[in-house]
Amino acid sequence: MPREKMIRKVAKPAIFALCLGPVAWYAWLAVSGGLGANPIEATTRYFGDWGLRFLLIALAVTPLREIFGFGILARFRRMIGLFAFFYVFLHLTSYVALDQFFDMAAVWSDIVKRNFITVGMIAFAMLVPLAVTSTKGWMKRLGGKSWQRLHRVVYAAGVLAVVHFYMMVKADVREPLVYAAILGALLAWRVFMRLKPRVPVKRLRGL
Amino acid sequence: MLIKVTRPTDIKSSEITPKSVFLNRRKFLKTAAVAGAGLAVGQLLPDQAWAGRKLDGIVKGRFATDEEQTSFMSVTSYNNFYEFGTDKNDPVKNSGAFKAKPWTVEIAGECEKPGTYAFEDVIKPHRLEERIYRLRCVEAWSMVVPWVGVPLGDVIKRFAPTSAAKYVAFETIVRPEEMPGQKRPILPWPYVEGLRMDEAMNPLTLLAVGLYGEELLNQNGAPIRLVLPWKYGFKSIKSIVKITFTEKEPPCTWNQQASHEYGFYANVNPQVDHPRWSQAKERRIGEFFKRETLMFNGYADEVASLYSGLDLQRYY
Ligand code: HEM
Repeated sequence: MPREKMIRKVAKPAIFALCLGPVAWYAWLAVSGGLGANPIEATTRYFGDWGLRFLLIALAVTPLREIFGFGILARFRRMIGLFAFFYVFLHLTSYVALDQFFDMAAVWSDIVKRNFITVGMIAFAMLVPLAVTSTKGWMKRLGGKSWQRLHRVVYAAGVLAVVHFYMMVKADVREPLVYAAILGALLAWRVFMRLKPRVPVKRLRGL
Repeated sequence: MLIKVTRPTDIKSSEITPKSVFLNRRKFLKTAAVAGAGLAVGQLLPDQAWAGRKLDGIVKGRFATDEEQTSFMSVTSYNNFYEFGTDKNDPVKNSGAFKAKPWTVEIAGECEKPGTYAFEDVIKPHRLEERIYRLRCVEAWSMVVPWVGVPLGDVIKRFAPTSAAKYVAFETIVRPEEMPGQKRPILPWPYVEGLRMDEAMNPLTLLAVGLYGEELLNQNGAPIRLVLPWKYGFKSIKSIVKITFTEKEPPCTWNQQASHEYGFYANVNPQVDHPRWSQAKERRIGEFFKRETLMFNGYADEVASLYSGLDLQRYY
């Protein structure tokens, strides 16, 4: 099979299925009683965790590609990003539908009164335009440069998501700090690459 | 008000022991887990965790709600007990090495009979009562638990506190080798709690040694813990090794940790929100819809008079 066909017909569906793994695992937990005594809380947390993980995975694509030369990864970046949005959306839905049972007054007062939810909501609001403009059509409409600029918002969303987790925790902040460290490394790499004096490859060769 | 004081005959035995049902379900789960995707579920439920020993001679206590009781399974697997870890299922998973026997309790401070007493000497002179109480966690979930214990007030009287004793302080044991959560300073160990003397002497205040008719399991605070049904759960200190009568208000762990979030009193109060979430409603474990939280968790008739004149917005 030619490489392009391989990517489209095999690799993409495989990655897609892999990205759905957390949904399948959730279904298993749900039917086997693995969600524990407070399944609603467990559900909200589960999808919050996966939303954050996928956000970090999406942010890891570019560094991995550049450092290890896994050029092919770039082909899956959009899909991974959309899965991040998908899991965050399930997280929010779990909170609104299961935890609050569509008591929109209570949800709204949580959003304005509780700082960790305010922060989470801002992060979510940032992800919405990114998900919407992820299509080829929008990419064309906006043009490569502005599209890229817009999608840099994901860095801020990532930071706010980690802050949201950190603020939620009562005493043991180790887990959010692990996420913070990973996010920090991914962002630091980008800053480093920007600051590094860039010498065009051609000129290097010409030397 | 909403607490129903029922006589023994009022409690249907069918309501009391959903335990066998849960054990069966568990067996099924374990089989399914082993047969299916593997160990995850099975590991959550170690057998020893269910090896509670039956307690004899329990009489029905004065206080019993007739609300549906939370399953034994949930009561023993969904716990906040940071000494064993911060996840709700850490205590059941990590408390296997904890030795609740033999046990002694040190009595100290402003009283006539200080000393170190064996667990049996603290409890034996009293009759074990069953008290079916609502438990409201500060995290906005709740349970109904059939505790077994003795009124703290009766125990306290035996140690003859002096007139200088205005407060009672409690301390949890420190055993990092047996309590893995204590290996790291997530909270300052030991966990400490305190009550005003009149709160300690209130008839609702229970020194619990069991639940569902059996000895307390390690994850529930074996072998001896407080139960204060009108206060948020964290006041009900577990695995107590020291009780001190003091003149000044004693320190309390969560209050010291974050005093704007957790007060000394920590009375259940739907009108005073936790800074990070509302306290107006709660989710009863096992139920889907949230329910309204009641003032003093529904025990206002018994305890409201303790706080007359106290600004509960300020002294939360
Ligand atoms: C980018 C967006 C977001 C991400 C990545 C995210 C991620 C997370 C994570 C990782 C947790 C901790 C889970 C755990 O303890 O294991 C969490 C908790 C939580 N999040 Fe979010 N979150 C986001 C947005 C939101 C929004 C918009 C809301 C609601 C309006 C929200 C509500 C909550 C709540 C209520 C909890 C606590 C769950 C509980 O303890 O019951 N989050 N979130």
